[in-house]
Amino acid sequence: MTGRAVVVGASMGGLRAAEQLRAAGWTGAITVVGDEPHMPYNRPPLSKEVLAGKASFESLAFTPKAAAADVEWRLGTKVLAARLDERIVDLDDGEAIRYDGLVVATGMRPRRLRCPGPLAGRHTVRTLADAQGLRDELTRPDARVVVVGAGFIGCEVAATAIGLGVREVTVVDPLPLPMVGPLGELLGRALLRRHEERGVRFALGAGVAGFEGEDRVTGVVLGDGTVLPADVVVESVGSIANVEWLQDNGLDLSDGVLTDERLRIGGRPEVVAVGDVARFPNARYDGVPRRVEHWSIPTDTAKHAAKVLVTHLVGADGEMAPFAPLPTFWSDQHEFRLQSFGAPVLGKDDVRVLDGDPEGDVLVGYHTGGQLVGVVALGGQAAATGAARYRAQLLKSPALTA
Amino acid sequence: MKVVVDMNKCQDHGQCVFAAPDVFSMDGDGHLVYVAGPGEELRDEVEEAADVCPLQAIRIEG
Ligand SMILES: Cc1cc2nc3c(=O)[nH]c(=O)nc-3n(C[C@H](O)[C@H](O)[C@H](O)COP(=O)(O)OP(=O)(O)OC[C@H]3O[C@@H](n4cnc5c(N)ncnc54)[C@H](O)[C@@H]3O)c2cc1C
Repeated sequence: MTGRAVVVGASMGGLRAAEQLRAAGWTGAITVVGDEPHMPYNRPPLSKEVLAGKASFESLAFTPKAAAADVEWRLGTKVLAARLDERIVDLDDGEAIRYDGLVVATGMRPRRLRCPGPLAGRHTVRTLADAQGLRDELTRPDARVVVVGAGFIGCEVAATAIGLGVREVTVVDPLPLPMVGPLGELLGRALLRRHEERGVRFALGAGVAGFEGEDRVTGVVLGDGTVLPADVVVESVGSIANVEWLQDNGLDLSDGVLTDERLRIGGRPEVVAVGDVARFPNARYDGVPRRVEHWSIPTDTAKHAAKVLVTHLVGADGEMAPFAPLPTFWSDQHEFRLQSFGAPVLGKDDVRVLDGDPEGDVLVGYHTGGQLVGVVALGGQAAATGAARYRAQLLKSPALTA
Repeated sequence: MKVVVDMNKCQDHGQCVFAAPDVFSMDGDGHLVYVAGPGEELRDEVEEAADVCPLQAIRIEG
């Protein structure tokens, strides 16, 4: 087999894609291009163990599979553009690489707040460098920390900061409860109480209007005029897909890159997308394409996309079943864990306690049209084990109709 | 095939139990137990389990 597969993005999705191309039988060349200086590493510990000073880079690095030992890694190299009609990608070092198959695995970057004020002292958490930089500031004596955004990463950072002994940690969000967007009110309230009991303060229902300070941030100005004194600010207000390099190819890049039900993009059988950047329809649900920013998705998408791509490249036919992963995610905050299976967000209008109670360990079911579409456990191991029981049921449920 | 789990890393997520139920399970306290020398016919399952471990704590030797 001759030819070259190029993977753009050298994080978890890129690594899994390279490995799965080999697993699917591709024996041609594989080049992975990534703009970070590191080999692929595991991101979830960045907002937890890395911030807490409990993990080294060595403990985060993935160990590539032996079958992928001959993959060429072009690290510290950015892809500036793709010319899909010519099957060429242009690198920032001036080189252009021709490919036979292309995998898009460029993931996300943090969204930044665009309001007035100094930049110094304001952090985001996406890369190892980000987490290390933030750690140094969190460990300053008596740092006053304001976390903007009460989503997963904001809540994890706030919990880690309290664990580090930071005395003043305030989470700001225009919404009324933490994580209410993905999880709804019942768990939002349960989370709020747990965080407050452990010393995290909240300023909810208020957006950020600006930052105070000359050279570096000294305060966060809320929409209602309140000023929260701050030495360190963490912005965790969502993410933006890294898709600029794909523009001018007539693709739908409105939120990540749109794929078909087999993860191909732009109607091209030789171009697929994996990981956080892929906006794909999930045959398990309603056919609406969505991006899914969960850790399990790079691996799931890579398996499917690599098979689709290799089948095309070797000229074999045989249609595969459409992609229908069961989304799963977890989040560790203080000493408790959230564990989710399915798509709670699709059943947020009908939320019921399945087991336990929100004051302690609890298992919550999300339904639509009477059908269970997601379960989330909050608490200790017992709750998570309970959720696992429902996982089988979720896997067997009939697909939702549009 | 030899399976090694770094128990210092393991946080009992249980994802490996779904991927390779013949090799990994949870004991009554919700802690991981596993078969260290599973048969070769289980290799695909075990590789899947290693992939889905959030802590990347599972290693396959040989
Ligand atoms: C702090 C943090 C904590 C998390 N915690 C959890 C958790 O507890 N549970 C959970 O389920 N999920 C968690 N996640 C989500 C999970 O880590 C992601 O879903 C996963 O990392 C996505 O992998 P990816 O390869 O698709 O994208 P990414 O990891 O974003 O990788 C994309 C890579 O492509 C590179 N790149 C971008 N553009 C270019 C270009 N033009 N040229 C070359 N390279 C490029 C980027 O620099 C990056 O290295 C967390 C994420 C973060 C950031």
